Amino acid sequence: MNTASKTAPERRDIEDLLPWHAAGTLSRRDARRVEDALAHDPELARRYELVREELGETIHLNESLGAPSARAMETLFNKIDAEPARKARPALNIAARLAGLFSSLSPRTLAWSAAAAALAIVLQAGLIAGVLLKERTSGGYQTASAPSDTTAEGSYAFVRFSPQASAADVTKFLETNKLSFAGGPSAGGLYRVRVAVTGLPKAELARIVKQLQQDKTIEFIATAE
Amino acid sequence: MQTTSDEILIGRIADGDRLAMQVLFARHHVRVYRFVLRLVRNEATAEDLISEVFLDVWRQAGKFEGRSAVSTWLLAIARFKALSVLRRKPEQELDEKTAEAIVDTADDPQVALEKKDKGEVLRKCMSALSAEHREIIDLVYYHEKSVEEVAEVVGIPAATVKTRMFYARKKLAELLKEQGVERGWP
Repeated sequence: MNTASKTAPERRDIEDLLPWHAAGTLSRRDARRVEDALAHDPELARRYELVREELGETIHLNESLGAPSARAMETLFNKIDAEPARKARPALNIAARLAGLFSSLSPRTLAWSAAAAALAIVLQAGLIAGVLLKERTSGGYQTASAPSDTTAEGSYAFVRFSPQASAADVTKFLETNKLSFAGGPSAGGLYRVRVAVTGLPKAELARIVKQLQQDKTIEFIATAE
Repeated sequence: MQTTSDEILIGRIADGDRLAMQVLFARHHVRVYRFVLRLVRNEATAEDLISEVFLDVWRQAGKFEGRSAVSTWLLAIARFKALSVLRRKPEQELDEKTAEAIVDTADDPQVALEKKDKGEVLRKCMSALSAEHREIIDLVYYHEKSVEEVAEVVGIPAATVKTRMFYARKKLAELLKEQGVERGWP
């Protein structure tokens, strides 16, 4: 629609936006409306030039005002020093902290981090599925609050898998070494695995654990009581 | 180069990080000073006010919710402080004492016009506007605030922001006309 044919209120509405259009602070939609009107309405375009003139002179005027002296900053920090000491806030604003963390990473690092996080999720899903399958195949009754493996006799170890290990690597490692999950992950990504169905002598368990430690799938392993 | 966002600085300030305060001050203090100076028209008062504004930021950073830009929040605090000073000291008094500090020593509008420096006449007439009109023109043109942001700083509805800007510009046109500059609007 030609702007010249717009009603008076419509035209006034557009004209009211001219200062913000000149300053570049309109939404994309409003900016397009103004651009369209300017293209078809020579009188509006002439008035827009007046607005641009005002914009330029306002900037000129403000820039000529100079800057405050160093006294302002000195006064501020003297007052801050006189304030009571402040305790760092507990980590309540998690969103802000995450924003801070992500903003400090380069886009490349961020991309790799996202990929690593995705892999970790896949790995964890694989492990959970593995645990469920093993539990299902082993059959038997088990209460939700007291997994039978945890209380059963046997020899156990705590394991943390390498971040680079895939779900397939972990499954292969468990099968090759005849291990099964007995719990976890706990804090620090530790899993409890059953090394043997019977209680092995400490020295024997330590030897097996030491041997397992050589596997690249493992980042950390230790005997569990 | 990546710079720390204002919002992150505010979070650090809330934790008592003085360096973050220095960065925020360095980033914004000149604009805040100019905004205040245009309102109170006294350099010493404006300097005192900006340290008050940033002290408020230091104290209130933990309450900042990020619903507006930090620069908008700063201007809102600055405006509140400036108006408090103006209420205590009438603008007229400040004007008389310090007009020379703000209204530069250049020619008056008529002389400037004779020299055909239209820009200077325009600046003179802008300085002659009321505080309310100066404020809105500065916020829109110099501080690049959107309609909604101006509404937040000034504490008026968005529709009133547009109306006030219109009347500020209309008044400016009248002052220019008095100085012999006919713009053909309004």
